[in-house]
Amino acid sequence: MNWLDTILQGVLLGGLYALFAAGLSLVFGIMRLVNLAHGDLIVLAAFLILVLVTALGLNPFVAAVIAMPLMFAIGWALQYFLLNRTLGKDILPPLLVTFGLSIVIQNGLLESFSADSRRVFAGSLESASVNLGPVTAGIMPLMTFFSAVAVIVCLNQLIYRTSVGRAFRATSDDPVTAGLMGIRPQRIFAMATGLAMVVVTIAALYLGTRANFDPTSGPARLIYAFEAVIIGGLGSLWGTLAGGIILGVAQTVGAAINPEWQILAGHLAFLAVLLFKPRGLFPRAVD
Amino acid sequence: MALLETTGLTASYGDFQALFGVDITVGIGETIAIIGANGAGKTTLMRSISGVLANAAGSILYRDEPIGALPAPDILARGIAMVPEGRKLFPSLSVEENLLIGRYGRKVDGPWTLDSIFALFPILKERRHNPSTALSGGQQQMVAIGRALMSNPEVLLCDEISLGLAPVVVRDIYAAFPRIRETGASIVIVEQDIAQALKVADRVYCMMEGRVTLSGAAADLSRDDIHKAYFGTEHHELA
Repeated sequence: MNWLDTILQGVLLGGLYALFAAGLSLVFGIMRLVNLAHGDLIVLAAFLILVLVTALGLNPFVAAVIAMPLMFAIGWALQYFLLNRTLGKDILPPLLVTFGLSIVIQNGLLESFSADSRRVFAGSLESASVNLGPVTAGIMPLMTFFSAVAVIVCLNQLIYRTSVGRAFRATSDDPVTAGLMGIRPQRIFAMATGLAMVVVTIAALYLGTRANFDPTSGPARLIYAFEAVIIGGLGSLWGTLAGGIILGVAQTVGAAINPEWQILAGHLAFLAVLLFKPRGLFPRAVD
Repeated sequence: MALLETTGLTASYGDFQALFGVDITVGIGETIAIIGANGAGKTTLMRSISGVLANAAGSILYRDEPIGALPAPDILARGIAMVPEGRKLFPSLSVEENLLIGRYGRKVDGPWTLDSIFALFPILKERRHNPSTALSGGQQQMVAIGRALMSNPEVLLCDEISLGLAPVVVRDIYAAFPRIRETGASIVIVEQDIAQALKVADRVYCMMEGRVTLSGAAADLSRDDIHKAYFGTEHHELA
């Protein structure tokens, strides 16, 4: 067994999990909302890209660029008209509503696309690879990983270097006082969810080109995203990348030992972090 | 002409009524002090005017337009900014970011910019990149005042700015008020520190149990008048 290769593949897989998780982390960090439909929204975006690719004959990357503003609009409207109504001191309403939304999205996709597995074809890129000394890495996994890093860099720049980012943080600290500054928390939350849906679209591009997906693929994606966020520390974006990598490496190492252990090893790594660092490895204070 | 006027203002927190028909007026460029003990309704009055608390009844007019039903961002857009009780700085933001957030999403012309706030409170310039939570209470209060000024308001509402601060620090903060007045802004100061409030105010309202029990020009009020209004139930109308 080539351990170096196993770990590299795990790190690259971690990039995909970080992409799954970055939107979840952003939304949780700003409005303390746990979106149980997050995985289904990734699958919804994957189907949107699939439709654009098959109906218009577009390259998947171009289709993703077109899908981004559409998903932003969906996220904005979803937050502004539905999820904002569930926010408050009680954490149960957002959980219930997003759980219901998950079921609605899954059944809507089943009605529209049947239960068949689908895939977005990326042509020769799918099998392209590059030699990195003793190991070989696929171009698509590399692109996935560097997209995750780029997404996290961009989100951090937005949050810490722009006036919108200041408004995100201020609203997250205290929405009532933010209102006194002229900030409309409802719109800030809608913008954050819209932004999370843009990240979801990038995640969906790599999900769809890397593996098969079907209308019920969402909840498993949610679990990986959730585990990456918790391992990294709630609300910390770099922590989320670290969480994704730990999860990915645990899975590939588990699979290298015994193929049946892949998923189990990821969950065990998650439980181990929960046991020893219940707030995650990089909680928000050090973000 | 009254710039800001409340008439018969009542406000409640659930079943608990905190204001009972409060009438106050604030003229252009005027400094008003609202004094009263804990639970008198002063903060509720500020929260009602600033749009944080939805009003049950009564009217709030600003430049003769009703603003009672408007949310806080719209009230700020009209030109009324508030320094909230307890300062309420944003812990995730640095000192400079806390100031900048005071004019979020708006271009407002006026005397107050980051530089003029730093000129008013020079210590903030030194600490501009520090987390707001790393400042002393007095410095945090300066940030809260500066943050409200950054929107270049016509009316500045200051809620309990001396609360929990040492007298020497309170004096430093109040030293900024003449400069704020020079810009032509009206100021409403809610205070328990009567002596400090009387020094800067043109007119005073004393509140007790959700009602105005005394009002008049600061210069005309005797200690006895204020004492009765603060602790008793008589209402004196002076001047």
